[in-house]
Amino acid sequence: MSSGAIARPLIKPEWALPSRGRVGMFTLIAAEAAIFTIFVVAYIFYIDKSLSGPMPKDVLELPIFNTVCLLSSSVTIHLAVRALRNAKVGAFGLWWFVTIALGAIFLVGTAREWQRLIFEKGLTISTNLFGTTYYSLVGLHAFHVTAGLIFLAIGMIFTFLGKVKPEHSERAEIFSLYWHFVDAVWVIVFTVVYVVGR
Amino acid sequence: MASETIALNLVDRGTRPIGDRLHDWVVTVDHKKLGILYILYALLFLVIGGIEATIIRIQLVVPHNHFVSPQVFNRMFTMHGTTMIFFVFMPMLFGFGTYLIPLMIGARDMAFPRLNAFSFWMTAFGGLLLYFSFIGGNGLYGAGNAPDVGWFAYAPLTSRAFSPGHSTDFWTLGLLVSGFGSIGTAVNFIATILCMRCPGMTLGKMPLLAWLNLVMAGMVILAVSPLTAAQIMLSIDRYLGAHFFDSQAGGSAVLWMHFFWIFGHPEVYILVIPAFAFVSEIIPVFSRKPIFGYPVMVAATVCIGFVSFSVWAHHMFTVGMTSYANSFFTITTMVVGVPTGIKIFNWIGTMWGGKIQFRAPMLFCVGFLFQFLTAGLTGIMLSASPFNWQLSNSYFVVAHFHYVLVGAILFTIFGAFYYWFPKMTGRMYNETFAKWHFWLFLIGFHLTFDFMHIPGMLGMPRRIYTYEPGRGWEIWNLIVTIGVIFQIAGVLVFVFNLLRSLVKGETAGSDPWDAWTLEWSTSSPPPEYNFAKIPVVKSRRPLWDIKHPEDPDWKYE
Amino acid sequence: MKAARHEKEWGRVVGPVAGILILLAAVLLAASLCSAATGPAVPSIFKPESTPADSIYGLSLLVLAVTGIIFVIVFSLLAYVVTKFRRRASDGPEPPQVYGSNQIEIAWTVIPVLIVLVLFMATARVIHAIQDAREPKGAIEVTAIGHQFWWEFRYPTLGIVTANELHVPVSDPSHPTPTFLKLLSADTDHSFWVPRLAGKTDLIPNRVNKMWIDPHETGLYVGQCAQYCGMQHAKMLLRVYVDSPEQFEQWVQEEKKPAQSSDAVNEGRRIFETTACINCHTVSGTVADGRFGPDLTHLMSRDTIASGAAPNTPENLQTWIQEPDAIKPGSLMPAMKLNDHDLNALTAYLETLR
Repeated sequence: MSSGAIARPLIKPEWALPSRGRVGMFTLIAAEAAIFTIFVVAYIFYIDKSLSGPMPKDVLELPIFNTVCLLSSSVTIHLAVRALRNAKVGAFGLWWFVTIALGAIFLVGTAREWQRLIFEKGLTISTNLFGTTYYSLVGLHAFHVTAGLIFLAIGMIFTFLGKVKPEHSERAEIFSLYWHFVDAVWVIVFTVVYVVGR
Repeated sequence: MASETIALNLVDRGTRPIGDRLHDWVVTVDHKKLGILYILYALLFLVIGGIEATIIRIQLVVPHNHFVSPQVFNRMFTMHGTTMIFFVFMPMLFGFGTYLIPLMIGARDMAFPRLNAFSFWMTAFGGLLLYFSFIGGNGLYGAGNAPDVGWFAYAPLTSRAFSPGHSTDFWTLGLLVSGFGSIGTAVNFIATILCMRCPGMTLGKMPLLAWLNLVMAGMVILAVSPLTAAQIMLSIDRYLGAHFFDSQAGGSAVLWMHFFWIFGHPEVYILVIPAFAFVSEIIPVFSRKPIFGYPVMVAATVCIGFVSFSVWAHHMFTVGMTSYANSFFTITTMVVGVPTGIKIFNWIGTMWGGKIQFRAPMLFCVGFLFQFLTAGLTGIMLSASPFNWQLSNSYFVVAHFHYVLVGAILFTIFGAFYYWFPKMTGRMYNETFAKWHFWLFLIGFHLTFDFMHIPGMLGMPRRIYTYEPGRGWEIWNLIVTIGVIFQIAGVLVFVFNLLRSLVKGETAGSDPWDAWTLEWSTSSPPPEYNFAKIPVVKSRRPLWDIKHPEDPDWKYE
Repeated sequence: MKAARHEKEWGRVVGPVAGILILLAAVLLAASLCSAATGPAVPSIFKPESTPADSIYGLSLLVLAVTGIIFVIVFSLLAYVVTKFRRRASDGPEPPQVYGSNQIEIAWTVIPVLIVLVLFMATARVIHAIQDAREPKGAIEVTAIGHQFWWEFRYPTLGIVTANELHVPVSDPSHPTPTFLKLLSADTDHSFWVPRLAGKTDLIPNRVNKMWIDPHETGLYVGQCAQYCGMQHAKMLLRVYVDSPEQFEQWVQEEKKPAQSSDAVNEGRRIFETTACINCHTVSGTVADGRFGPDLTHLMSRDTIASGAAPNTPENLQTWIQEPDAIKPGSLMPAMKLNDHDLNALTAYLETLR
């Protein structure tokens, strides 16, 4: 059998397939979306089913400021990626940093809310069904924010070390897909927990 | 061809020390080595799971037997089911996919080789963690024993109140860890298949194995995550005092069932679709014809992928859902049987008018066809909700799903072993031993699983460590247990054949079957880089085009 | 392909195919044997004696007929294909390469869809008939509560509480007296399955399920728990006694009475009432009112103890009290560790609880 090409290469249009990183990230996002869906379903299933204890409307306050911060961070990360694509590494670093700051503010805000709920209102994960589903859903989301912040921080370190170049813009963009996903989940969590469920 | 003289990786009589060669295997990111690691891991657990099944069958051979205590028996059926699904079939099928997909699409490796390695080791450690539960036992303070809650671990049996100690946690954590491995592999499959096909190989020209594994991987992404979520919830219940499944606090046992079966039903299609893939590669080659109806095979599989997410509550017909819910799940389950069933016709159509050669891979595929037909039909019986109210949770169901898992899936896995063993090792297996394997296993399979339907119809529930005499179940349980002996014999012949052929088999050459897909165009075993030059293809059977230049496929597709 | 050695393929195929056919014939024969020639104690789903079980049986015949026909057709096709198209003798040219056929593929898709529709409609009718049946006036109401590892049966309108052995009246089609059961659970999931009377329905904690039976023939019907509920799931047996109307009435009157008194067994009663027994068991008319274990007011009216695990004899009673693990290891009955004198007195007392 000949060891050459399988078929005589003809003049064909360029063989272009999607980028692996992008497909991989979308797939990962799909898996994460499935996990969140189950926690959201559990939350919705147990609305108004708690046998006792504080109810959502007694204790929940709309986290408007937090939400604005987190959703703005989607804008800032988009600006960062765009800057890098246009070879503006300095602007990239700035917007990347702002993204981290906004994400961190969100986490701090969540932590303060939990502190208030636990110590002032007596709501813990074991108090009742509301507590169980609230802390697990919001906690799962916060966990994903934290993971995102860790990756963002690694990117920040590389930027400070001068290692980040315009050719890395695709990687940054692929990471930003994850960050946008985390924000989109927050929109859903916010709606289900603070609007519908309250 | 020059590449045929490349040294065999597996039976390397080279001069490198054994420590270095083993180290290669541990740190490898090469999809071929990882594929083989997955397969060997699964084979080991197949034997272990088989031992657990044998213990179950010996205990049930006569009523009121005292071979093992109820405690041990309950651990056995839990571990048998969990092992076979998560640490035999999943790794085995992932392993074959990992090995074959890059080769079949003309790529040099998977999209993410390091993720590939990470996924394998996660799966492997998950299994070890689960099995640690046995020795964790009563010897280590607080460590617990093997889980005994059944492989679907219904709540509230799994709560701290009813499962004290840590046995349930070994189940949860072992599967959580291997679940991450599964998701990693699925990400890899999808990215590889979508992004790394060789020039000319459009989605409509890739081998069915690639298509079916793509659908399977998509299902893994969407199905394993609910299990992960449910296990996180269970762990939070057990350790942080949460109430997801705590009936005292208003939690719902049925919610666990929903979450589990949203995973559990697609999971069985995740297992059977790669089996279809093997059959779709092997039957054409041994019938000397292309697969009949490639586009419909793809469409039917994609259909199954979607519809299978709508049938899960057919595992819950007896739970007390409304008649409307029961009717809904009845119709969806019957509907999913249509694209599944017509595939059998496509395979028959492939064989029709062919020149069939009954080598070992084909024998196992023929067995698969007869047995999958039966399994599918008992599935239709179970889909009729009222009939299900009698048959569910009985030995009829156990017989049905073993018919699928063993009669369909394991048979095709054996076929795949024989078909690709020459490619992976460069050696031919011994055909006579393979036929002994087939016949012994076939007889054992039918003795056990045909007759197992009957006690179910006579009222014998599953998961019971003993049963009452005088209910008409004794003779059937005896026959079922006898079948195990033949199956063990068959598997022993199989393992012996593999080992012996590894050492003494004749050289296979790159294309012993005169087949048509790209993996047969490279040496056996392939070099680390797979192909000297990335192939360019024009049809679904590139090698057919080369061997039949006067009548190439691309003229007709 | 290197096929020259395999010229004896034919012989290798016909034997196995014949073997498979014989095996299948044996299976079918066996299946029909077991559904026909079974004794009364065999809980076969093909020997229904109650309306829900009858409906299921009727549906099952349709389903079996349809799947049986499909099986025969496809099996024959397969058998034909593997014999007719085997490779014969030496290598020849490759056979004609056929890629598909739209007409055939459409046909073999449409026909199964039609079959599915027919099966579904037949099935949906039976689902509704069973699940949405209305409770008629003469129905007996029973609340069944599943425990690890025994059954509690309460008849709220009749004021009766018993365990493990359910008594219901036979139901005459002209004046039906079915039994409607409410199913609850005190701990984990269980499932009530007496095949000859109905399909199974689960008992789920925090949930109320319903089922009904409508027995046509008197007699004893056996079953057992059909949802894995823990260690002794296997011995959570069920006995349903379908009585004639007179027998049922008599049973009800007996069960309504509080426990018999007799001075001869005062010592046994004292032991019962002063040890831990009353924490778990009820004997109506006495201070014993525990709900964790079975009601013992009419213990001796039952044929078995430990939810069917052992016949109700004095020796078994003693073993059950002293060493329950000998009968049902892992059950929640504690070993009472009484001395022989106390044990005999206690058993004598229990023997009076008719």
